[in-house]
Amino acid sequence: MRRFAADRARRAVAASLRGAASRSAAPSPHPPAPRHPAYPVGAAAMAAAMSTAAAGAPPVSLDTINPKVLKCEYAVRGEIVTHAQNLQQELQKNPESLPFDEILYCNIGNPQSLGQQPVTYFREVLSLCDHPALLDKSETHALYSSDAIERAWQIIEKIPGRATGAYSHSQGVKGLRDEIAAGIATRDGFHASGDNIFLTDGASPAVHMMMQLLISSEKDGILCPIPQYPLYSASIALHGGSLVPYFLDEEAGWGLEVDELKKQLEEARSKGITVRALVVINPGNPTGQVLAEENQKKIVEFCKNDGLVLLADEVYQENIYVEDKQFHSFKKIARSLGYTDDDLPLVSFQSVSKGYYGECGKRGGYMEITGFSPEVREQIYKVASINLCSNVSGQILASLVMNPPKAGDESFESFMLERDDILSSLARRAKALEEAFNSLEGITCNKAEGAMYLFPRLHLPQKAIGAAQAAGTAPDAYYAKRLLEATGIVVVPGSGFGQVPGTWHFRCTILPQEDKIPAIISRFKEFHEKFMDEFRD
Amino acid sequence: MARKPLDYEELNENVKKVRYAVRGELYLRASELQKEGKKIIFTNVGNPHALGQKPLTFGRQVVALCQAPFLLDDPHVGLMFPADAIARAKHYLAMTPGGLGAYSDSRGIPGIRKEVADFIHKRDGYPTDPELIYLTDGASQGVMQILNTIIRNERDGILVPVPQYPLYSASISLYGGSLVPYYLEEEANWSLDFVNIRQTVAEARSKGITVRAMVIINPGNPTGQCLSEANIKEVLQFCYHENLVLLADEVYQQNIFQDERPFISARKVMFDMGPPLSRELQLVSFHTVSKGNWGECGQRGGYFEMTNLPPKTVDEIYKVASISLSPNVPGQIFMGVMINPPKPGDVSYPKFTAESKYVHESLRRRARMMTDGFNSCRNVVCNFTEGAMYSFPQIRLPPRAIEAAKRAGKAPDVFYCLKLLEATGISTVPGSGFGQKEGVFHLRTTILPAEEDFPAIMSSFKKFNDSFMEQYEGYSRM
Repeated sequence: MRRFAADRARRAVAASLRGAASRSAAPSPHPPAPRHPAYPVGAAAMAAAMSTAAAGAPPVSLDTINPKVLKCEYAVRGEIVTHAQNLQQELQKNPESLPFDEILYCNIGNPQSLGQQPVTYFREVLSLCDHPALLDKSETHALYSSDAIERAWQIIEKIPGRATGAYSHSQGVKGLRDEIAAGIATRDGFHASGDNIFLTDGASPAVHMMMQLLISSEKDGILCPIPQYPLYSASIALHGGSLVPYFLDEEAGWGLEVDELKKQLEEARSKGITVRALVVINPGNPTGQVLAEENQKKIVEFCKNDGLVLLADEVYQENIYVEDKQFHSFKKIARSLGYTDDDLPLVSFQSVSKGYYGECGKRGGYMEITGFSPEVREQIYKVASINLCSNVSGQILASLVMNPPKAGDESFESFMLERDDILSSLARRAKALEEAFNSLEGITCNKAEGAMYLFPRLHLPQKAIGAAQAAGTAPDAYYAKRLLEATGIVVVPGSGFGQVPGTWHFRCTILPQEDKIPAIISRFKEFHEKFMDEFRD
Repeated sequence: MARKPLDYEELNENVKKVRYAVRGELYLRASELQKEGKKIIFTNVGNPHALGQKPLTFGRQVVALCQAPFLLDDPHVGLMFPADAIARAKHYLAMTPGGLGAYSDSRGIPGIRKEVADFIHKRDGYPTDPELIYLTDGASQGVMQILNTIIRNERDGILVPVPQYPLYSASISLYGGSLVPYYLEEEANWSLDFVNIRQTVAEARSKGITVRAMVIINPGNPTGQCLSEANIKEVLQFCYHENLVLLADEVYQQNIFQDERPFISARKVMFDMGPPLSRELQLVSFHTVSKGNWGECGQRGGYFEMTNLPPKTVDEIYKVASISLSPNVPGQIFMGVMINPPKPGDVSYPKFTAESKYVHESLRRRARMMTDGFNSCRNVVCNFTEGAMYSFPQIRLPPRAIEAAKRAGKAPDVFYCLKLLEATGISTVPGSGFGQKEGVFHLRTTILPAEEDFPAIMSSFKKFNDSFMEQYEGYSRM
């Protein structure tokens, strides 16, 4: 049971329907943890010596756990997904029982779970690094391409003792960080240092680390885009801080206006919040917009003037689908404005989970940190060291992503074919789904310029909103549930990401395989048309 | 000039309070010296492969194949990989439709959690529920998640053994809780003293602390002691009586170097004791692929198992796990192979057994060598390393050495360890990093340097120590 999603839905309904009381949503059943059957009391029965437990709540119960844990929410794997999993189990038991053959998980940016193939060269190198004994065998050349073997050697040589199973330096293997820094420098045209890089188990732990550092109490605020990827809201809640929302402008292609940033900053300050940082997700999640250079410059200046740390989530930097936009890292923008390492505290996040590589399960990523004092760096290092290090295979993959095959390498052509194939397919799917959504009555959908999602807006008839209210769920959650039950398609209600109150959206990934897209579109259309017929005012 | 948000003064106080000596001052100094060209023997962290221990082949073969599934279609694959590794790779790939590259279930791949449950059942004789087993990026992540769930504010206290592995003190600091120390009795082989523990709890309560949980590390780190069944029973009864959740760090369960006290899990003892305790006592048990004979620290594979936690609490723990999406899949596969290794009759069984046995027996010999070596040194007393991977000798520093340390602005054991490092290149962790009784000093080292290097290392230590003692104490009163 994912009660937290129901709680959020309840609050959203209450807020948007001005005091209309709502009945609690019936939570989807969670299989209860089986109580252990009574075991025969062993020879060591200590009945005589045992006294009854101290009265009071058991130490780890809902009443006694950290309230910040209770407060945080993460809809991407929330209630609708649990419901989908239950339906999937039903389908397995009884294939004819539902109006669809399979569940289509469009809730999560998890490309390889939907059939995207990994990059062959990357996997060859990783496989060799997993089992370096292979490098000594001549037969290896029959199975692996020679530049992959060469690259694996180079990587192993960078690892002290060639021990891929050892804890590395807490920031990650130095040689790999240097390689990543070189890749960043090539990308941006500005110097980067391996000492500023912290390799982490995916980008998410790095975000958590920064929130931990920046937040001391609920008086500490972090500016976050609405809609946002709910890692941010969850992490801020978990660390006891305050989320200061700034609204992206849906009418202007989800544009980010610095005036809006200023407005929200002032308002927060007037309430006694110390705003510490600005989160910018570029390309955006769930919104997919790619920021224009001019826009980025204004954002950098805003942070500089108002003394905010810029937290630049750039994990979708290689997912751009429009010709008139390009990815520019915030570091590059800051440097091009003349700001040096010391002038502006900037943290840039990258991951191996997205792009054309989509290696979510590997948990690889890093943050590049510039613009803060040695004392603060020491603290970050200290926190990183408690967990000792991130997984080494993920570190290796991050170095491959930031330093892929070059022209002239044996694997370059096949690598480029794989890469371009995936990226062009993503672009086509983004377009096809966007057009499909826009063709439907009551749905408008901004273009996905980048990332992996569409975030269509539902202009729901009043009757539908009423039905949702009666069911005790938010209208977008209601829609998503009906969609799932009719078609097997799993999307995440917009309330999971935040939206302008009174507007409804859902997030749908563009990740199902291309040959499935027409069927998905037609199933969706059929459902939506019926839904509108049912609820049209 | 306005304060900048990432100015040192503006940082979260809890972060600043954290101490984690394992990669602290000594380690940083050792790294500096290494850069200058000095040969350093890193014994500061339980990191076997860094000191030459070889990975167990089977696990690496399986993961290498899962990493590059296209190999499985290649006609040559049988030349390079044994049939059972190939079969096992296919077995794990079948469990995860997206292969290694997809986020798994946030709790870990169900099929592997089932394998872990089977392992626990076989080990303890009691079945367990895979739904209550969560795989994590190393056991440390699991410990941190559970502590974060328990700790609400600075009035929540966690009973932690002293000396302890500083993950506990660091995490408690980070989450704003209070560490309630219980001292292990060095003279009695690092045993628990419940009279002392009860006093400690009473004292904490009188200061307004709500003691919520008790941590045991079995086998102990840094102390190496293996708890007896009677010990564990006492712990369980105590927790039951005092309404504490028991956090059983059992990551060294495969590293046992004596025969009197084999490993017995807290869970097994709990179920042996039967109801009502077995039905009510809340327990979380931790394990990892980083230790044992595997030593696969860099993979970040671990799990925690929950017993008697209410379903709603489990939901909340699940929710927090889902924010980080999933533990790394290769690490999960290492966990699968570790707890479900090759069996008699499998092609890889002989090699696997030989490799594991070699590691285990060598560790056992080194545990003995190190203990005896330390005990042969002047003013050094060392309990036997019954389990885990460390030696924690007590260094009886003469008063003049303590004064010298004070003048140098260092804690006495830090002073000693720095001098040891500069003289011999041996990088240890001062006992203050783990906690110790006032005025009693230790260092922690590992038993992990290569066996053939041991005689030289121990004699190098002895030479340094005995001359240090001579310097600060004068001639030995023999």
